Amino acid sequence: MAGSGSGKSHGEILRHSLSIALWFVFLTFPILVIRINPVEQIIVWRWHNMAMVGLGSFFLALAGGIYLKKRGAAPPSLVPGRFAVFRKRFYEEPLLHGPVLALCALFVFVFPHIFSSYQTNIMTTALIYVVLGLGLNIVVGLAGLLDLGYVAFYAVGAYSYALLNHHFGLGFWTVLPVGAGLAAVFGILLGFPVLRLRGDYLAIVTLGFGEIIRLILENWNDFSFGPSGIANIPRPGLFGVEMSLEASTNYLYYLMIGLVLGTIFVVNRLQNSRIGRAWIALREDEIACQAMGIDKTATKLAAFALGAFWAGMVGVIFAAKTTFINPASFTFLESAIILSIVVLGGMGSIVGVVIAAMVLILLPEYLRAFAEFRMLLFGAVLVVMMVFRPQGLIRSTKRRYRLPVKTAHGHRG
Amino acid sequence: MDYFLELFLGGLTRGSIYALIALGYTMVYGIIGLINFAHGEIYMIGAFTGLIAASVLTLLGLNGSAILVLASLAAIVYAAAYGYTIERVAYRPLRNAPRLSPLISAIGMSIFLQNYVLLAQTSDFLPFPSLIPEFAFIEPYAHIIGSSEVVILLVTAVAMVLLTLIIKYTRVGRAMRATAQDKEMAMLVGVDVNRIISTTFVIGSGLAALGGILIASHIGQINFSIGFVAGIKAFTAAVLGGIGSIPGAVLGGFVLGCTESFATGYVSSDYEDVFAFSLLVLILIFRPAGILGRSSTEKV
Repeated sequence: MAGSGSGKSHGEILRHSLSIALWFVFLTFPILVIRINPVEQIIVWRWHNMAMVGLGSFFLALAGGIYLKKRGAAPPSLVPGRFAVFRKRFYEEPLLHGPVLALCALFVFVFPHIFSSYQTNIMTTALIYVVLGLGLNIVVGLAGLLDLGYVAFYAVGAYSYALLNHHFGLGFWTVLPVGAGLAAVFGILLGFPVLRLRGDYLAIVTLGFGEIIRLILENWNDFSFGPSGIANIPRPGLFGVEMSLEASTNYLYYLMIGLVLGTIFVVNRLQNSRIGRAWIALREDEIACQAMGIDKTATKLAAFALGAFWAGMVGVIFAAKTTFINPASFTFLESAIILSIVVLGGMGSIVGVVIAAMVLILLPEYLRAFAEFRMLLFGAVLVVMMVFRPQGLIRSTKRRYRLPVKTAHGHRG
Repeated sequence: MDYFLELFLGGLTRGSIYALIALGYTMVYGIIGLINFAHGEIYMIGAFTGLIAASVLTLLGLNGSAILVLASLAAIVYAAAYGYTIERVAYRPLRNAPRLSPLISAIGMSIFLQNYVLLAQTSDFLPFPSLIPEFAFIEPYAHIIGSSEVVILLVTAVAMVLLTLIIKYTRVGRAMRATAQDKEMAMLVGVDVNRIISTTFVIGSGLAALGGILIASHIGQINFSIGFVAGIKAFTAAVLGGIGSIPGAVLGGFVLGCTESFATGYVSSDYEDVFAFSLLVLILIFRPAGILGRSSTEKV
């Protein structure tokens, strides 16, 4: 009775789920069930884990099978759901935009006054990741260059503030542009040699580059003080005003809000500019893009430099926020987190990146109970996301050329 | 001279482990064009399974060589099972997706597996028993080479020869080469492409596990994060030799191993990984096709 392709009986689904469960029980047996202590020669058997894996995978497979069967049986609905209708109306109703934006702005503004400075601190961290996500979005989302060493530029920014302050006593506001500029220079330095590479090779080289930077910071003790890092980095000043810890936390928060708004503005303008469209063309097809007369070298370098610029700037702020940095803050995992923000948000979508950064950074903070499972879930989310919703939370809309109003009018429903 | 020889043989040992892991990368890349980021984790899981099996067998009271053989078998079987499952879960649904999607899925898988082992076992370094027995005939050369190094070199050589024979002369090997050349054409002549890809993952994972258990027993300790660096370096080896080429992976492994060994022996051991990564960057810039690879031009 079911739709032609997916005609599995309930018995078959049951048997299939059972075999999946058995397979996973087998697969997880040594690592999840047996725990060894080679020093004292003790072995602990944790059979309850086996039961959990078995039952969990069985019911998941069962649910998946039944869902697929249902979906196969029901014809795809042509009528959009209630939520889709609401979303469309929300997007297209300009009268709604003003009040919603005003509400958001009000919330953002009063946030540090209604919540504790602990919360404000977390929010500032999330905002840092928003900017990092937006910066990487230029490189990965717009230009389609997979950069797995993005955190290196973040490190460049952070270390330039820490070191310039330590050696020359330069202040936050002086180093902010310097750090961003230095990171951009590093972006170009990395960009030059990898211009010829594409796709996977580029990913690996950038990863190698990121690791090289971290390893140098870790080992070159005379320059970077090695793994022990640099402490006592001053917080940002405001025309020499002395601030309490709480005031300075709030100050940093507002600073980040400003930076996020600035980044969104710039990235948005960039996206629709000549170079932004060149990036998108480059992402879609390199050869066709060159045939259209776009300078591949300049376009790629611009993407690297601009992406790195934001990372460097945020790096300076990060150093000022934590007042202590060491190489452990700049591992490949950080790059992976930033990348997942971009991917989860839907590559190229600004709103998506903002939401994804908030979700990925705030969720683990508030789910402290799951703190140790955080990275596990993180990896799983990346895989599940790629398999089931590769376009991300919010699909980035493609720019369309609209016909003159005369014809467009007739088709409006 | 002895120091040089010691470094050289140490480099070859290291290199053969890289080569064993690199084979998995190169075979998978050759066949579906994916950098299997989770491959380093397979190697780590292989080593862990080997350690667990060895501990259980020791408690059961088995003797040395039986433990070595059984633990290696367990490691290979489990790593192969993990490789197969990863392909089914994380890569097969993305067969026709844009190129970045499976790569990101692979990164996610790698993070997942690392934390899975971290949570299920421990974050500490675990001592790994020295499973490889000491041979008496090595004794006079002990200042240059140890018996575990001899075993590693021998096992690697045998594995390479076997793999080459499989790929050259068996049905599965022929189907693999066909799939690597042209997936659709292979399908047309009756090759079950999905099965062949699974087989590739299984073989590659098994080799990685073999490398994992050998090197763990040589170095004497393992931890949940050993897969990441080993994976990157093995990938470097694969690229160095020309990705997609099996003799290339072996050669790349040896070159990388010796480079690292000499660099740490004569320059500084702090920058061991920096040398490896710099070598990778340099190779990709100056000879992106690798030592044995052929460069291809893209046609429109």
